[in-house]
Amino acid sequence: MPTEAESTPFMPATDTDTGILPIRESGRGTLHVSIDEARRNVAQNAPIKARAEGLSFYYGDFQALKSLSIEIREKQVTALIGPSGCGKSTFLRCFNRMHDLTPGTRYEGSITLYPDNVDLVARSVDPIEVRMRIGMVFQKPNPFPKTIFENVAYGLRVSGMRSRLRIEEEVEKALRNAALWDEVKDRMDSSGLSLSGGQQQRLCIARALATNPEILLFDEPTSALDPIATARIEELIATLREQVTVIIVTHNMQQAARVSDYTAFMYIGELIEFDETSKIFTNPSQKATEDYITGRYG
Amino acid sequence: MVAATGVVSEQLRRDVQRRKLFDRLFVLLGMTVMFAALATLAILFLDLVRDGAPRFGWDFFTSFPSRNAGRAGILSAWVGTSLVMLVTVAVAMPVGVAAAIYLEEYAPKNWFTAILEINVTNLAGVPSIIYGLLALGLFVYQFNLGHSIAAAGLTLALLILPIVIVATREALRAVPRSIREAAYALGATHWEVTAHHVLPYSTGGILTGMIIGLSRAIGETAPIITIGALAFIAFLPTPPIGSEYPYVNFTWLSDPFTVMPIQMFNWVSRPDPAFQVNAAAAGAILLGMTLLMNGIAIYVRYRYRKKINW
Repeated sequence: MPTEAESTPFMPATDTDTGILPIRESGRGTLHVSIDEARRNVAQNAPIKARAEGLSFYYGDFQALKSLSIEIREKQVTALIGPSGCGKSTFLRCFNRMHDLTPGTRYEGSITLYPDNVDLVARSVDPIEVRMRIGMVFQKPNPFPKTIFENVAYGLRVSGMRSRLRIEEEVEKALRNAALWDEVKDRMDSSGLSLSGGQQQRLCIARALATNPEILLFDEPTSALDPIATARIEELIATLREQVTVIIVTHNMQQAARVSDYTAFMYIGELIEFDETSKIFTNPSQKATEDYITGRYG
Repeated sequence: MVAATGVVSEQLRRDVQRRKLFDRLFVLLGMTVMFAALATLAILFLDLVRDGAPRFGWDFFTSFPSRNAGRAGILSAWVGTSLVMLVTVAVAMPVGVAAAIYLEEYAPKNWFTAILEINVTNLAGVPSIIYGLLALGLFVYQFNLGHSIAAAGLTLALLILPIVIVATREALRAVPRSIREAAYALGATHWEVTAHHVLPYSTGGILTGMIIGLSRAIGETAPIITIGALAFIAFLPTPPIGSEYPYVNFTWLSDPFTVMPIQMFNWVSRPDPAFQVNAAAAGAILLGMTLLMNGIAIYVRYRYRKKINW
């Protein structure tokens, strides 16, 4: 939620040079994108972390994604937006090969991860390898019914770390990075399920961060949370940008506008528009994007 | 509170009252049926306890069967039952759980698995005497196990396998997809997801199914008679645990035995009414054992539910 000071009344979205802009009246309330020139410069010069080329995805005979091409920049936040069923979550789940758990699915095209130059969706690449370098946070907080410590340590254990001391170090680091350490440091042995919804989601973020993923995927991470918990997660995503590349699927336009550097608008399995977030929300080049952002459908 | 007097309110109230009548009627019906069922069981149990009352006492548990009704006891029967159950658990648990894990987590969804699944359910409906015949041919003669504790344990394990498999599959299925996805997303393999997450989180359900299966097995008579258990055993099997090295032995597996229901059956078929008292006492104890096991199952389920609520 934007604060009182932030939500300025409607202004025409054309003059992008003023710096105060862009604000756009939408069916969902007022959108606010603060243009930070320094941040934009960094975003534009960031090296490419992953590149999808002609990526199509099929559930059996149904084509859910139609030849998407997109570049994900390192240590930037890329938001995927679009109406329900547009394939944004499907796209996100290609990055960590989650679809391989469903029989009868098929990828075409490629997602190349740099600097290793490895194709994440290639048949020859084991999905387990992919998931060990690309973390994911889900829509509904899903901590394991284990202790807080074991939740965060699990990824480390799977990756073969045995030293108790090192695991403890990494767990603390991950919890600090997820802004949860202070709240849980005295009760590492209580169940992850004993935490509140927002804390559970931050625990899940810590769990994903512990193994130092190269990309962190967020699938509507705040849709099950209240506004206060949502705000904390958004703040957290803003700080995570320092250490990890983030791709986030969101239904919430304001969230996309607030946290992301790049935004991709998808519609029925196609990538309609992909650009800097400030551009997408102020001066989209496609009519469909504008209609969606202003709340005419979706 | 003042009753509303408006015409509309009056009308509404009468309408709701009339519809709510069915709620009350159904509750009444449900309670009647439930009490009828429970009362039957309670009367049966109390009747057994009353008839068998003169025989309850330490001696009854520590005496072998005897031609003298007043001195006969159930020592060999309850020891036999315990050892047979031990074999049944040791076989049915690993085999049943492994089969359930395969069917639920690993088996591809095709016509072959579908047929397999239907038949597992069908097995639960096969009359127990058929299992007895199978066991007589297979375990007693083919595998040469004789009329032994091992043969009986294997037979009952076979008998409760479908119950264990169905209950375990249900418990595995109750682990939400989101939890599995969380583990997969961290790079866990299929086996790691199963062993580190799915199995531990469904332990409550699996144990419950196992105990329910055992309480079915403990009262089974037909298959045990079919494989040729003796009704009159005046000695105990070799003790599994001894005082000399290697302390644990398995010769008891091939010893002859009797079990509670057979002992009871034997006493019931005697003409001397004094033995009917023994039969009633043994019946009450057997029923008590079953109720106790079901009670444990309910407690286990309750405890795990409290620990893990998704």
